[in-house]
Amino acid sequence: MRNKYSVFSLIKNALSYHENWQRAWKDPAPKKEYDAVIVGGGGHGLATAYYLAKKHNMNNIAVVEKGWIGGGNTGRNTTIIRSNYLWDASAGLYDHALKIWEGLSQELNYNVMFSQRGVMNLAHNLQDVRDLKRRTHANRLNGIDAVYLSTEEVKKFCPIINTSPDIRYPVLGGTLQRRAGTARHDAVAWGYARGADAMGVDIIQNCEVKGIKRNGDSVEGIETTKGFIKTKKIGVVAAGHSSVIANMAGLRLPLESKPLQALVSEPVKPIIDTVVMSNAVHAYVSQSDKGELVIGAGTDDYVSYTQKGSHQIVEGTLNAILELYPIFSRMRMLRQWGGIVDICPDASPILSKTSIKGLYFNCGWGTGGFKATPGSGDLFAHTIANDEPHKLNAAFNLNRFVSGDLVDEHGAAAVAH
Amino acid sequence: MFLINCPYCGERDQQEFKAGGEAHIERPKQPTELSDDEWAEYLFMRKNIKGIQFERWNHVHGCRKWFNMVRDTSNDEIKAIYKMGEKPPA
Repeated sequence: MRNKYSVFSLIKNALSYHENWQRAWKDPAPKKEYDAVIVGGGGHGLATAYYLAKKHNMNNIAVVEKGWIGGGNTGRNTTIIRSNYLWDASAGLYDHALKIWEGLSQELNYNVMFSQRGVMNLAHNLQDVRDLKRRTHANRLNGIDAVYLSTEEVKKFCPIINTSPDIRYPVLGGTLQRRAGTARHDAVAWGYARGADAMGVDIIQNCEVKGIKRNGDSVEGIETTKGFIKTKKIGVVAAGHSSVIANMAGLRLPLESKPLQALVSEPVKPIIDTVVMSNAVHAYVSQSDKGELVIGAGTDDYVSYTQKGSHQIVEGTLNAILELYPIFSRMRMLRQWGGIVDICPDASPILSKTSIKGLYFNCGWGTGGFKATPGSGDLFAHTIANDEPHKLNAAFNLNRFVSGDLVDEHGAAAVAH
Repeated sequence: MFLINCPYCGERDQQEFKAGGEAHIERPKQPTELSDDEWAEYLFMRKNIKGIQFERWNHVHGCRKWFNMVRDTSNDEIKAIYKMGEKPPA
């Protein structure tokens, strides 16, 4: 039985110096067979397992993770959550996730620190202005809150932005989604892990997948560093390593894996109470609850699995940040890191069945998967349990690269990819 | 970030180059006879290898010539560089 987190449990455990908290999840050895195995213990994989158990009564399942849970891109992103995408299919997908975020802490009994502080996207040239206005209208037609702001309104909403007309890329306006914001990334992984574990899901860490066993056109199980696990359904949620797993099954995916960097500054007092993203100059910034500025940079343009990026990418981002926020000129950066993102040609994800029966892929989230974590898990669980996609992820199938029915969010999404 | 030995200009910073993706993807000889599946394979599907990968690079801020590279994508170590049209090293 899982103890509930509450103010009373906090007081009770304080009395014993916080030494007797129940383990949030077990550390089981893999069983011989499961009804389904999820490959990848990041936010998306754990959420998938959670919703498989909760909504589809699949409790005899496992999540296998080669490192530790939440140690990949879940722990490496800039935690921005928004749903202001241009196309109907994307709007449906990301707003589904945003709606789940709004009640997630209560649902999981785990504080994911979801903070709807708003996300503002800036326009720096006339084409940006036209694109952002168009996106605002498209968002509102899809029931997503969005407003267009003038330069003065941008300044009012975030006073530290330099709106002077004589900077290299002047701020001509922006959009604001007030329901958007940030969440604590680690807590999302831990909350879903705790919830899934409570319903009987085995979370197996330090267990790397080495091969996928096929019998003709269907799967039979996976070879791992902890032995063979028999299963008829495999859901792969391996982010940057999706192609590696696909190659094991003899499948090719339309993905390229590239390093994406982020960095944080030394912690300072509250200075920016929203998230500001800038497509044209590729710089985005928010402030964590610890006080660090959280800054996202761009991807390198070559395939690499090194989890580190090029210095000039960070430099370019910081140049843009300094021009937009001169107040940060003497801030010191504390840490910088990279994650490997799997990018689709149309910059939209894949949540899909494959040509192999029982093998499902949830990948291609590229530079912006964190925001979709709860929705992605929910819809992927539906796809695995029913062997059919939900109507919200039907457009995000693998076959769109054959039919040509792409969901092209490259320039259309709120930030450059 | 690494140094690349351009076969025409010599060793330069990687910043001067643009990655051109997987090498040796042959353009279809009879495009009109290709099925949708074959088009998808040619246009979109990639090996995206973790390990030794054959790829194309362009010295965009230098001689602007294309060339091929063999690189280990797990540590960014360059194994070989050869000109377009040359046989890839075994």
